Parts: sequence; C-alpha cells; structure tokens
Amino acid sequence: MAGAALEPRPTSVAEALRAARRQAGTYNGIWSWIATVDHKRIGMMYGGTAFLFFLIGGIEALVMRLQLATPNGTIVDADQFNRLFTMHGTTMVFLVVMPLSAAFFNLLIPLMIGARDVAFPRLNAFSYWVFLSGGLFIMSSFLTGNPNGTIFEGHLGAPDAGWFGYAPLTLPQYSGGHGVDYWALGLVILGVSSMAGGFNFAVTIINMRAPGMTLFKMPLFVWMTLVTSFLIIFAMPVITVGLFELLFDRLFNANFFNVQAGGTPLLWQHMFWLFGHPEVYILILPAMGIVSEVLPTFSRKPLFGYPFVVFSGVAIGFMSWGVWAHHMYTTGLGSIANSAFGISTILIAIPTGIKIFNWLGTLWGGSISMKTPLMFSLGFIAMFTIGGLTGVTHSVVPSDYQQQDTYYVVAHFHQVLFGGALFGLFSGIYYWFPKFTGKMLNEKIGQLHFWLMFAGFNLTFQPMMILGLLGMPRRISTYSDGYGWGFWNMMATVGAFMIAASILTFIINVVVSMRSKERAGNDPWDARTLEWTIPSPPPAYNFAEIPVVTALDDFWHKKYIEKESGVVVPAMAGAANGEEHHGDGHGIHLPSPSYWPFVAALGPVIMAFGFIYDFALVPAGAVILLIGIYAWALEPATEPE
Amino acid sequence: MATVATHQDAHSGPLDNRKLLMWLFLASECLFFGGLIGTYLLYRDRSTDIDGPFAHDTTINGIHYTGIYDIPFTSVSAFVLLMSSVSMVLALAAIQRNDRRGLQVWLACTALLGLTFLAGQAFEFTVFVHEGLTLDENLFGTTFFVLTGFHGAHVSVGVLILLSLFVMAVQGKLTHKQSLNVELAGLYWHFVDVVWIVIFTLVYLIR
Repeated sequence: MAGAALEPRPTSVAEALRAARRQAGTYNGIWSWIATVDHKRIGMMYGGTAFLFFLIGGIEALVMRLQLATPNGTIVDADQFNRLFTMHGTTMVFLVVMPLSAAFFNLLIPLMIGARDVAFPRLNAFSYWVFLSGGLFIMSSFLTGNPNGTIFEGHLGAPDAGWFGYAPLTLPQYSGGHGVDYWALGLVILGVSSMAGGFNFAVTIINMRAPGMTLFKMPLFVWMTLVTSFLIIFAMPVITVGLFELLFDRLFNANFFNVQAGGTPLLWQHMFWLFGHPEVYILILPAMGIVSEVLPTFSRKPLFGYPFVVFSGVAIGFMSWGVWAHHMYTTGLGSIANSAFGISTILIAIPTGIKIFNWLGTLWGGSISMKTPLMFSLGFIAMFTIGGLTGVTHSVVPSDYQQQDTYYVVAHFHQVLFGGALFGLFSGIYYWFPKFTGKMLNEKIGQLHFWLMFAGFNLTFQPMMILGLLGMPRRISTYSDGYGWGFWNMMATVGAFMIAASILTFIINVVVSMRSKERAGNDPWDARTLEWTIPSPPPAYNFAEIPVVTALDDFWHKKYIEKESGVVVPAMAGAANGEEHHGDGHGIHLPSPSYWPFVAALGPVIMAFGFIYDFALVPAGAVILLIGIYAWALEPATEPE
Repeated sequence: MATVATHQDAHSGPLDNRKLLMWLFLASECLFFGGLIGTYLLYRDRSTDIDGPFAHDTTINGIHYTGIYDIPFTSVSAFVLLMSSVSMVLALAAIQRNDRRGLQVWLACTALLGLTFLAGQAFEFTVFVHEGLTLDENLFGTTFFVLTGFHGAHVSVGVLILLSLFVMAVQGKLTHKQSLNVELAGLYWHFVDVVWIVIFTLVYLIR
C-alpha cells in the first residue's frame, strides 16, 4: 500500500494515456495501437472503423436515392445501380451494424462485469484486424472487380448480385468479373472475425464476472451480448459452408448450384437464411441491450420485469433458428412448410412484444429526464414497434406473396435495422461517450441530431411502405413516369438527405464536444452499473480493485438506500464513491501488447487475393497466418513481474 | 494491500477459459460439418450425370455400374483414425503423470496415425480421379470431395498441432503444468474422429 500511494491515480486524459502507454510497454504512436490488446482501445478502433464504413454505405444510399428521386433517373446505369445496392446492404450489415455492436461489446463488457480485460485479449485484437482487413478487401472490389476493366478505366467494380447473393445469379456465367468472389471471400474473412469475437465474449461473460455477479445480477446489455455471441457462434458456420460451396462453384467449377448437374438454387437460400435470420437478431439484440440500460438510468427506476426481458431475449435467440423460411414463401416450399414457418414467425413476435411492454413499464411512473440518449431509445421503441408489426404482416403467407420483392420489404427491414438497431446504437453512443472520452456530447446539438434523424428516417422509409403497397419492385434502377411513384420517391430522397444532415450534425457534435474543456466526471448520468464507478476515461487496468457485487444495478444500490416508506435516499456520503477504492493499479499484471495478432490477420486477406488473382499467393498467406499464430502462441501472455 | 488477481485467474466459472473456448469452437464446428453433411445428403441420388462414377453399385437402364467406394480400404483407414484417439488419450495420461517419454511416444504415435489416415485419403482421392470422378465431373464428385476434403483439412491441422506439441515435448518445454495444451489438442482430435465416424457411416456405409 505504501508504495502504491506514491503515484496518484490517473485523473486526467493525459495521465490515463500515460497509464495506457505504460501498458503498451515499449510501443509508441501508431505501433501502440497496432500492438494493443486493451479492450477499450480495440473497441474504439471498432467503432471508428465501422463509422467510416457507415459513411461509405450512406453515400451509396444517397446516390441510389438521387437516382430514384425522379422517374427515368440517369445518374447511374443499371449495372452501377446493382453494385451500389449490393454494397450498401453488405456494408451496412457486415461492416457497420455488426462491428458497431462489437465496439460496444469491447468497450463495455469487461467494465460491466468488473473484469480487467476480456478472456482472450490477443484473440480480441485478432478479431479487429481481421474485420478491418476483410472490410477493406470487400471495399477494394470497387477498384478492380469489374470484368470490363478497372475503376481507373471508368469501370466501377464491386459485387452486383445483392447482399444475399442468390445462386445461381452469383455463378460466373451470370456474374462475371471478380465482384462476387470479393463478396464471398470477404464474408468468409468477416465471419472469422465475428466468430473469434463471439467465442471471446461468450467465455468472458461466462468466466470473468466479478465475485458476486451471478447470471441474474448481470446488466441486461451483458445478457444480450451473451445471447448474441451464441447466435454468432452457431450462425456463422452455416453461411461459411454456403460461401465455400459458392466459391468452389466459382473458382473450381464445382456443381453445388449447377442446376444442369442436379444442384438446386434452394440450397443456397436455405443456407443463407438459416444464417440470415439469426443474423437479424445478432443485429438487433445488442441494441435492445443498450436500450435496456438507458431507460432505467433516465427513468431513475430499475428495469421493469428484468427476468422477463432476459428470458424473452433468450427465447428470441432460440426461436430465431426456426423462422428462416419466411424469406422463401414464394419459392414453392409447399403450404405445410409455409404455414409452419408462418406460425413460428408470428410466435417470435411474442418475446419481442414482451420486451416492448417491459420498456414501457420501465418508463411508467419514472422521473424521466429527457436527455439525448433517452430520446434515441424512445425513437428505437417507436420505430422498432412499427418495424416489428410490419414484420408480422410478412408472416402472413398470402400477404407476403403480394409484398415479396417490393419496397414494402425494404421499408420493413430499414424500419428494424435503422429505426431499431441504429437508433439503439446512437443511444448507446450518447450514453457512454462521456465514459470513454471524459467529455459529454453537447446536449443541444444532440437533440438537433435526434430530431433531424427521426424526421429524416420517417420521411425516407414510410413513403417506401406506400411505394411497396403500390407495387414498386425493389432493386430497379429506374422507373417510368406513369406509375405514380414519383412523389413518394422524391419524399424518400428528401428524407435520405435529412438523415445525411443529421449524421453531419453528429460529427460536428463529436468535434465540438471533444474540444470542450468541461469534464464529464465518473458518473454524469447518475447511472446504475459498474462502469460508472471508475474514472472517465477508465484507466488501462479498469478497476484498481475488483469490485464485489451484491445486487442487480449494484452501483445504484451502493449510492441509494430505499427507506421503509419507499422513499429513495442517498446512502452515506462517499460510501459508493468510486474514488474511495484503494490502489492505483500497481502490481496489476495486464496482458502484454502484441503485434502478432496483426501479423496473423494479414494472412487470410492475402490468401483471399490469391484465390482471385494468383494461387501462388494462397500458400504465402497461409504461411504468414501460421507464423503469426505460432509466434502468438509461443510468446508469454502477460508482462513479467 | 490492494492486490489483485491477474486477468487469468479472475474467472469465476468451473471450466478454464481455454477449455471453454475449445468446447464452444467444437460446438460451432458441428454446424460447419452439419452444413456440409446436409449438402451431401440432400444431393444424394440427385446427380443428373447418368454414366459418371457412382458411389455404390448402381443399375441404370439395365446397365450395371460398380460403385467407386472401396469399403474395406476406407474401413481400415477409419480404424487407424479411431486408434489415434486411443494414443491421444495415452498421451494426455502420460503428461498428467509427468511421464515425459510416454508423452513423446504417444504424441508421435497419434501424429503418425493421423498422417497414415491422410495418406489413405490422398490415395483414395487419386484412385477416384483416375476412375473419372473429379470435383467438377458431377454432383456426386462435388459433394464428396468438398465434404471429405474439409475433414481431411481438419485432420491436417490436428497433425500440425500434434507435431508442434511433440517438438515442444522433445525440447522439454511441455511439462505437466502445461498438460492443458495436450488436453485441448485431444479435444480437437477426438472431435475430428467423431466427425469421421458420422461421415463414414452416412457417406460410405449407408446406400
């Protein structure tokens, strides 16, 4: 203790950075980032990278909206339009929402469960680097993926077969060039990244919880991360098999989807959606977890019916495996299969509905403070409810026959993935920004961001519902004058640019807030969970002393006592203050930085380029991967005493 | 003194982190092989190639085709792979009782048995290709080579792990404190064996 008292606890950004640098050992500058195994830094890299991909995917959407704003649009041709919508979907699902969720897992899970890091810090770094390389790999298809030439000769590359890549459209005779190769190989690489993350967070949550934190004392976000991790672990191998089969067909003339040889295109659809439907819950459950943390804090009430919300999340996880064929009603599976999947799809709405009622119950009678994080969470509930209900309309088979492949479907899944997942993720960004930067996001600009995004969102996607019901097919690059679709398309385009303006507002907010001198403090929202007990930003070692947990919302119960009359009063001053903990992190052995995960992550992407351009690169990439893995396995995992 | 567990011993679960990771990985592998085996079963007898090589004895339009599978040969290599699981168990037992020599012997034995299985697979593939069955020849060739090929790739990775452990054991870097390394390799190895039992039954034995 005596030695420990000599060095003050890090209280400023500079000191925290010094602590982080101490942890990063001999590495400085960019090398300290490449070699980092700190879950907080990896989380920030995940978030920053995903946000850049978000801007790219958003620009793709804006180009498409410009093209469709008026009948007979001429901004892009049909071929370019195909590439744009394929990349928009692929980017937003695999390079934006999944990694943004991964950013939150990284930043929050160790802090919420009272741990110093994840179970496998270097595997965590590997996940990030593989994600980055896979994302850049898919994006690079824009340059050279076109069969007619490179982007420098005026030919836009990129895959063009849609984000769910239906065979046989993805076979070489229908999709020439390398676009679909990039797409399939890129998704295999991203799958490796997601699975590594899924394993890591499942083990972390199961094994690394602080003493006293039983499963039912875990914050809800941790629960939803656990369910999501299991979904990733089991769903990713299925799409990987499908992608391998497609790649064998494309690269080695195999016959998996060759109808003349006896293959069936339905195999791809089953594989894809058996992955694809758990996938939509992989996208939405983390956002549901975030909302379940934000609502109690800003209502100053515990989450209403915590066990119900937990169990409905688990139920969604299980049931998500039994609904995939509702994407395939029109493929002729037969009325029995269609009815069965219709029923299971209706049933999965029940646990989702339970959550919505529990969130409303949390708000009911609370002392609500209308801060930006809460605004986004409320936006989530409202928009996700509409999205969920439109989903229920899809479960009705005859109705779905009518809507199949129309803009109604496009409107529905944007309603759940944008109105749902992204609103939830923005809620989380506003809520936890002060924890990881030490600065509050500006509240006024935040409110402006919310209202712009909320209005823009509704102006974009509600007209698409109408367009779908009017019969406008999805994935058409233009339409003639006489259909009566012009007005609503124009509205949707105006809305899309409002969304773009709202994202610009958000970027301005981040810049303005980071420049502000105001400090956020440990617990700016008077929140409930463990991450708010430690300084903002957290020191490299997170907790000087591993907390002992005695209750759900442990921090809240250390701050406040409920009197017998039911009145909540603050506990004895200082009793709950994070500053009261002893120790400064001396004697804590953090995992050592390592650049081998980075080296290993170069392997798969080199192999992928090899499969497209020159098979000689494949063994080269494999050797790099092996060198990385061996060096990683043989180096000591923690810094010596 | 505010001291502090390292990140490794802060866990509260009954299973070691790495062992839990391995179990989750194997669970995920079940879905991977499930997808491949499912594809094979879905495409059984769907091949439109009516005079290409067939898996089993087939008669079409009165013409008899001899099946390409050599069941006795593959049974022997399946037996070799199963025996490698026995030697894997013995390797783990050896390191747990700190028997360095036994560890080396049984690790080498397991790796050799695995290599023997792979050699058998390479021989089988070569014979099939000579008899006209290739990846792109027909649907049967496509599903057969990809399924058994991915299994073979898994065995190869297992052999690589075993040989690495063997080298470490010879160098004296693998003591009974690190017996978990051998246990993890064993879990993976046994899993790959079990998958082969499923493949051998569904692909070779059932007509």
